[in-house]
Amino acid sequence: MSSNDSTEWPLWEVFYQPKNGKPFEHAGSLHAPDAEMALLNARDTYARRNEGIAIWVVPSDQITASTPEDAGPFFDPANEKPYRHPQFYSVPRAVKKRS
Amino acid sequence: MNTEQELKQFQERIDNGEKIEPKDAMPERYRKQLIRMMSQHAHSEIVGMLPEGNWITRAPSLKRKMVLLAKVQDEAGHGLYLYSATETLGARRQDLVEDYLYGSAKYSSIFNYPTLTYADICVIGWLVDGAAIVNQTMLAKSSYGPYARANLRICKEESFHKKQGYEMLAKMASGTPEQQKMAQDAVNRWWWPTLMMFGPHDSDSPNSAELIRWGVKTKTNDELRVHFVDRMVMEAEAIGITLPDPDLRYNEETGHWDFGLIPWDEFWSVVKGDGPMNRERIRARRHAYEEGAWVREAATEYARKQRLRAEKAS
Ligand SMILES: [Fe+2]
Ligand SMILES: [Fe+2]
Repeated sequence: MSSNDSTEWPLWEVFYQPKNGKPFEHAGSLHAPDAEMALLNARDTYARRNEGIAIWVVPSDQITASTPEDAGPFFDPANEKPYRHPQFYSVPRAVKKRS
Repeated sequence: MNTEQELKQFQERIDNGEKIEPKDAMPERYRKQLIRMMSQHAHSEIVGMLPEGNWITRAPSLKRKMVLLAKVQDEAGHGLYLYSATETLGARRQDLVEDYLYGSAKYSSIFNYPTLTYADICVIGWLVDGAAIVNQTMLAKSSYGPYARANLRICKEESFHKKQGYEMLAKMASGTPEQQKMAQDAVNRWWWPTLMMFGPHDSDSPNSAELIRWGVKTKTNDELRVHFVDRMVMEAEAIGITLPDPDLRYNEETGHWDFGLIPWDEFWSVVKGDGPMNRERIRARRHAYEEGAWVREAATEYARKQRLRAEKAS
């Protein structure tokens, strides 16, 4: 009774906030027919022990991601801007000692 | 990605301890081996609910019933983490599931043994989850990012599984003579099948070397098994349980426990489908999948109607 037609529920990505004040983290994904069920499934699958205090679910096909092949050129400009880091600047010695 | 040069670059990444992520270039065989291994792992978690599920309605107390329910629910969770990790490799969930329900995909042989008494539930927690921890702790360092992360999540839950089993077994082992007999009998039946969970000896495990080279696994089957036996010898002794192996002996030279011959004939016959519960397990899983089809369809249809209604209203 194998079925090859796609009757599969859509895929959702699950993010949760581990604690108050913390940023959201990716947990994994799951299948669900709609957003409401996706939230319930996300709780049962990824937060059985209060791993999260808040959950986001996002349809997987709605996520746009950078590609690993372009990673080099894509992030390159950042390498040319050392002045964005504090180490780029010098500070009088007396002040340095106190920090 | 299959030229000499690309394979070399990939191997370098692995040797540097880098994690491979879903969209990264990877050898076709790496992807295939991962899909095979990860989906087998997922199927095992799902089938693994059956032997224990068998006793939920007959748990000896309300407390033990709640504990067992929570544990079995965790195993469902483990299956889901692993299926979703496998899907990142481009496999479709439905295909994976159907390949084991109607095709040739395998799952861990340990779940093809029956659970005859509640002592079996204690022993599964102690031995089977104990062995799973050893294996999954290694897999949490796997080279494939999503697989490593799924195993890390699993490991966080497994120690409860093992501890609840060990605690119950300790109680039975110090209980009435009847309880002690039940506990020992269950250990006698599960000991050897548990040792087989780590897979064939390294010399008979053609996949192993490749998986280690690719960092999917970091230890051999035999290394994991020896580590497990060392630990279990100590834990068995602490609660007055005897492991059913007259050849168990501490080896001063290696610093490990030597053990007797594992009955590999039995292992291969269970793998081939002739274990005591193979047919029953697959029957139960097909039944659940087929009887659940209308629920999945109804939920899809409900979601579609809700969407239409929302569109109309706006
Ligand atoms: Fe598990
Ligand atoms: Fe477990």
